[in-house]
Amino acid sequence: MTKPENPRGVELSSKQMKEGDVIVNKWDPRVKYAWATGEAISRFLEEMKNGKLIARKCDSCDRILFPPRMFCEECFKPTTEWVYIKDTGKIETYSISYLDKDARRITDPIFVGVVSIDGASEKMGIMHYFDETTKEDIHIGMPVKAVWKPPEEREGAITDIKYFRPLKEGEE
Amino acid sequence: MTIFRRRLQETGKEMSYEASKMALEEAGLELKDVDSVVLGSAPDAFDGIHLKGENLLDGAGGAGKPYLRVFVGGGTAVFSPIAGWWHVASGLADVCLVVAEEKMSSCFPHPQSAFGHIWDPILDRPLKPNLVWIFAMEMNRYMTVHGIKKEDIARVAVKNKRNALDHPCAQLAADLTIEDVLNSEVLAWPVQMLDISPPSDGASAMILASEEVAKKLTDDLVYLSGAGWCIDSTMWTDRDLYFPEYVARAAKMAYKMAKIENPPKEIDVAEPYDPFDYKELHHMEGLLLCDKGEAPILTREGVTERDGDLPVCPSGGLLGVGNPIAATMGIKACEIYWQLAGKAGKRQVPNDPQVGICQAWGDLMQYGSVLIMRRG
Amino acid sequence: MSFTHWHGDMEAQYIYTAGIAGERFFRELKDNGKLVGTRCPKCDITYVPPRMYCEKCFAELDEWKDVPLEGEVVAHTEVHVDIEDNKLAEPFVIGFVRIDGTQGGLVHYIKAPEVRNGMKVKAVLKDDRVGSILDIEHFAP
Ligand SMILES: [Zn+2]
Ligand SMILES: [Zn+2]
Repeated sequence: MTKPENPRGVELSSKQMKEGDVIVNKWDPRVKYAWATGEAISRFLEEMKNGKLIARKCDSCDRILFPPRMFCEECFKPTTEWVYIKDTGKIETYSISYLDKDARRITDPIFVGVVSIDGASEKMGIMHYFDETTKEDIHIGMPVKAVWKPPEEREGAITDIKYFRPLKEGEE
Repeated sequence: MTIFRRRLQETGKEMSYEASKMALEEAGLELKDVDSVVLGSAPDAFDGIHLKGENLLDGAGGAGKPYLRVFVGGGTAVFSPIAGWWHVASGLADVCLVVAEEKMSSCFPHPQSAFGHIWDPILDRPLKPNLVWIFAMEMNRYMTVHGIKKEDIARVAVKNKRNALDHPCAQLAADLTIEDVLNSEVLAWPVQMLDISPPSDGASAMILASEEVAKKLTDDLVYLSGAGWCIDSTMWTDRDLYFPEYVARAAKMAYKMAKIENPPKEIDVAEPYDPFDYKELHHMEGLLLCDKGEAPILTREGVTERDGDLPVCPSGGLLGVGNPIAATMGIKACEIYWQLAGKAGKRQVPNDPQVGICQAWGDLMQYGSVLIMRRG
Repeated sequence: MSFTHWHGDMEAQYIYTAGIAGERFFRELKDNGKLVGTRCPKCDITYVPPRMYCEKCFAELDEWKDVPLEGEVVAHTEVHVDIEDNKLAEPFVIGFVRIDGTQGGLVHYIKAPEVRNGMKVKAVLKDDRVGSILDIEHFAP
């Protein structure tokens, strides 16, 4: 006899659940948080406001760690030094998303991916948006550069960079 | 296990009860015979009940017993029986009931809203990410590094959804073509609608018993012969996503315990975690069942079909049966048990399997749990 | 400007089903103004709110029983602050009421000149009921 035998469960439709065909209770938790940014990320955010990317160096393995942290997770020792890195890098991977954060469909797709930053150790990067490129042109390995918000609009956030765009020829 | 569906009327407790009761009945045991209970369930944010383990415990048979809730993201599906095995292997319990539950339908506007809470609040969340993004980015990296075509990935969705036609709990069983997958809605390129498993409600349960007790209950003994688990750094933007190194480490740990030296030769049936079609391939490589980049080729050659040399996801997997995160234990660990015990019916692989492996995966592309079973 | 904290919330709303046993419990309350429980004959336990299974022997329960609206205050507390720690103009009493003839009960508001543990109370029902625990207005002597 095939297992599992006679599995149970009462299926509901979305309509039944939303329109009161079955008894439901609703809840909107509305909780708010103030997450501590910690020593490394508070400095990172401060430098973002200045239009700069900053990393931490581990003396023990010689890696430049980005995003910055106060300890090296491999050596398990404190990192030792602040190091400014560039605002250019390389696309490690990307997606073209027709979904917003709540899985609603959007017609104007978001170009998003991981960009490894020049000056940090290999593969060290952040997730961010891409723009000024097309579905046809964007590719893994593409050199890119940060496009910053104007200084007066920056607030010390990852979004102080609007997006990364393709690096132009001869540009650094 | 219960049926897997987008919405079930049962509360989480009631689903847990239905699954637990079925497992006890199949084993010929009653709740009083159970020495300890392990409950696996993913973030509380899906059910919308904090201290979910405590909420579910009476339905999971845990009232008044040593009870433990475990949670390692999507990896919970295979980590739960590993935690149950500790109880029995250590001698603390002769019989351990392992229950896995997920109720994702409570969360609005979409379970994706709860997935939003797993991202780093400072570095990632201001970009308003959708969890599908990380799969899309990982899939793109995997395809680009090895030069894999989308149609070779789509074969996995076709195979698993077809296998699921034989699973009585299946939510998305279907007979599809590769073209159907390639023509389905683009969600976050390269991920399309039919590349992806659905959110589901469901529960599953299994009984682990000491050898002495198990011998009294059945002639079809199945042993847990190897277990492994591993997690990589949360700094996922610092890692190369083309290969799940953490799965490989978990697999090596399990192979060592099970004394398996040549996995492709010695493993007869596999249930790697397949929330997306490319993940089955990614995980076959992580489990060292083939070389890096070779899984799509084996799939194209039919090796991973139910009647192939290495049947993979004969249950129908998450792609076909559904994805109630932790409760996918029912199509990973339970399926391998049913396959080795010869109880899988229409899903039974014809190669007389002696050794099987299952694996689950989770967190921010960083966690792998692996369990190997052997017929007695 | 300080960068020590990042502010945000955890957006998500929930719709919970009452479940198999809960559906019947709330339907009876809404449509008939009754409280019902399930009974395990083996363990001689009547569960209120009803459960589809006995947590002790794991039997599936199909014996439904009307239970009274009356019960006894087992424990209570007087509440002076709201859920966000704001001082309330009027304190209120919340307590656990063991429903007569059952091993279960309900947590609810209790309105009485003086609330004591052990006092007999009865559920006061709303006229417009929707199938919610708040279909009971409160318990009163
Ligand atoms: Zn280091
Ligand atoms: Zn009982």
